[in-house]
Amino acid sequence: MSTTVPTMGLPAAVDASLALRPTVWMRCLRFVRREPLGTFGLALVIVMAVTGSMAELIAPYNPTANDFSAMTEAPSWAHLLGTDQFGRDLLSRLIYGARTAMIVGLSSALVGGVIGLVLGVGSAYFGGLIDLVMQRIFDIVMAFPLIILALAVVSIFGTGVQNVIIAITIPLIPRCARVVRSSALAIREIPYVDAARACGFSHSRIILRHMVPNVMAPFLIMITASVGQAVLAEASLSYLGLGVQEPVPAWGLMLQGGAEEYASTAPWIAIFPGLAIMLSVLGVNLFGDAMRDTLDPKMRNR
Amino acid sequence: MKIGRVGMATALGACLAFGAVAADTPKSGGVLTYMIPADAPPSLDGHRETTFATVHATAPFYSVLIRINPLNPNSPSDFVCDLCTEMPTPTDGGKTWTFTIRDGVKWHDGSILTAQDVAASWQRLAHPPKGILSAREAYFTMIESVAAPDDRTVVIKLKYATGAFLPALADPFAYIYKKDILERDPHWYERNVMGSGPFRFVELQTGQSVKGQRNPDYYHKGQPYLDGFVAIFAAAQALRIDAIRADRAATEFRGMPPSSRDQLVKELGDRITVQTNPWNCVNLLTPNHKRKPFDDVRVRRALALAIDQWKGAAALSKIANVRTVGGVVFPGSPLAATQAELHEMIGFWPDVEKSRAEAKRLLKEAGAEGLKFELLNRNIDQPYKYIATWAIDEWSKIGLQVTQRVLPTGPFFDALRSSNFDVTVEFNCQGLVNPLLDIAKFLPKTAYPENFGNYEDDKAIALYEAALQEPDPAKQREKVRAFEIHSLVTEAHAIMTPWWERILPARSYMKGWKIGPSHYVNQDLATIWIDK
Repeated sequence: MSTTVPTMGLPAAVDASLALRPTVWMRCLRFVRREPLGTFGLALVIVMAVTGSMAELIAPYNPTANDFSAMTEAPSWAHLLGTDQFGRDLLSRLIYGARTAMIVGLSSALVGGVIGLVLGVGSAYFGGLIDLVMQRIFDIVMAFPLIILALAVVSIFGTGVQNVIIAITIPLIPRCARVVRSSALAIREIPYVDAARACGFSHSRIILRHMVPNVMAPFLIMITASVGQAVLAEASLSYLGLGVQEPVPAWGLMLQGGAEEYASTAPWIAIFPGLAIMLSVLGVNLFGDAMRDTLDPKMRNR
Repeated sequence: MKIGRVGMATALGACLAFGAVAADTPKSGGVLTYMIPADAPPSLDGHRETTFATVHATAPFYSVLIRINPLNPNSPSDFVCDLCTEMPTPTDGGKTWTFTIRDGVKWHDGSILTAQDVAASWQRLAHPPKGILSAREAYFTMIESVAAPDDRTVVIKLKYATGAFLPALADPFAYIYKKDILERDPHWYERNVMGSGPFRFVELQTGQSVKGQRNPDYYHKGQPYLDGFVAIFAAAQALRIDAIRADRAATEFRGMPPSSRDQLVKELGDRITVQTNPWNCVNLLTPNHKRKPFDDVRVRRALALAIDQWKGAAALSKIANVRTVGGVVFPGSPLAATQAELHEMIGFWPDVEKSRAEAKRLLKEAGAEGLKFELLNRNIDQPYKYIATWAIDEWSKIGLQVTQRVLPTGPFFDALRSSNFDVTVEFNCQGLVNPLLDIAKFLPKTAYPENFGNYEDDKAIALYEAALQEPDPAKQREKVRAFEIHSLVTEAHAIMTPWWERILPARSYMKGWKIGPSHYVNQDLATIWIDK
């Protein structure tokens, strides 16, 4: 059975307003003008993404190759950010480390966010016992700080990039689901959802086609916030020796071991990875805040 | 300037240490806090374990039958009694040793320690019952029987007379346990402590600390000098250095890298004392022979050939506590291979390019080009993680792609014992310099329980036994060399890495302790005193 919706001619005023809709470029320009800090954050994120994805082209040296003739060298023209105790070029390791951070950060945030989105909207849509049970499970998971839960997961699954992604994804799921659910609860009460039900649409169609698109704003905000959290969690796990392992270049790992040992004699080993972590998290968070200001109608009108 | 300071500090340390032992009068009192560079011991049972994490945490609670002289730990033959009254002269052509046990020695629960306890402990060490692991069982193969004819006499009969017996008997892990407890529960000592040593057990907080207090009934008159001790577990080196710098701990008893020594000497001057010594300890890179393609000797040889031992040792000695290139025998020992002899062995060739070309040829022949595998490692910075980072880079030069899996000490040993690894960074660290016993590590698991290569090798056992029973020193050296070539070249059971160098900075107020070639020896803390 199919439903036909009668077409109507648009009034001339509405037609004119559509013609004045800003283009993508105009929106970008408006974003840059209204959100200078967010733009700065976005620039940092883009730099991180570009260096990470084009590491092979940008990095001057092999990031894992030891060079015993250049151990703990201070920054110079040959090694712009100096070398570590194995003579490895710090700039190259930072560039490749951006890739690790991006892989872990984006993967964890996207996977955690999407699962959280589905669970959050589903929980709000079905309500009742399903909602009750899911929320209590989320309560339990959220009772643990992100890093503690990630530590527990890594201790079960072991170290390595894949396991670190799993470890960070799991705690991010309820955080995203909780935020999305609160928006979805309001949408569930809007008549068009009742209309969709009355038309006999399936649950999955109502959730995916009619509810999910309407919670995209809080979802995108959560995703950007989660990327920052995930980058920080990855660095923390690596620093604690539970994340990725040598010789994989990762910022947190670069802060461990040699950086501590040589903090007084070769401080650049600790300073540059620390700066990289700080700037990337700052960038993601500034951009996330700006996204919230832009996408949230209440914030937009302030 | 830095070298001068370090040299001065080392010389000062040596003088202070010597002075402490030779001239200063020990003072009683005070609590010694020291660091243990591990997260936690795999168990508390010295008979079962081979790690310093166990011996540094538990040795102060236990007695042993004999030990190396705590004031002369560098000697491989200066044995003194701990529980016995005097070192016996053997009878029966060197095959029967009769020890008289001290009178009135008390367990920490107040009961009297007897010869039966000593005999039961040694019976467990030499001939462990089924289900009980005695990690150094291979050292005690010469022991035929251990008996206690009365409460103060222990008679040990040997299958054959050998100079390896006394060093084996002085094993610092050979704690004397209470017979009643062993009979009741042979695993009790894995999780509990009850000994007769200089300190009584107070508490163990797993992963945090272990505490002990002075045993007022200790049988060495006047000792221990300390009122107690607190040993703090800290795997992270930076944490340990910070603790010593801030005087939250006096020292650690394992060893630190040169950079840490330099840092502490620079910052603390004469408030820190440095002792150094060659270390009877080496990391091995051991392939799991049960896993393909490491069952193929060509692949194992390729792993050895890829590594530039000579350049690596020189470079790593600047950043890690390793120094000397060597084979299976502690360098400097008369039984050790000379540099010229090493140059003839695969994995030690002076021309590394030729070596790597041969490695690539072997890999191609074995169909293992571009092999990917995982290197299991222990969560200890020095030198385990340094060795792994170096080895992985060396292997990459012949096209191997190696990732690393790092585990805390307990799970690491579980993985070794359950053979859950491709290749592992493990170790051969021994209590005393006794090459004949030390090289037993390279025997297959059937002969040496803590060999993790998972291979059978009857020829290695035959070569070892021939060397062990050879009375002529020159011929014995030949036989040890034959065993070495068989283990490292013919079969390539394990890959050597540079032997360690022990560097120990300690707060200058800690006196009465001398460094030796082993971080297992001299750990009961009975002779240490605080001069504040």
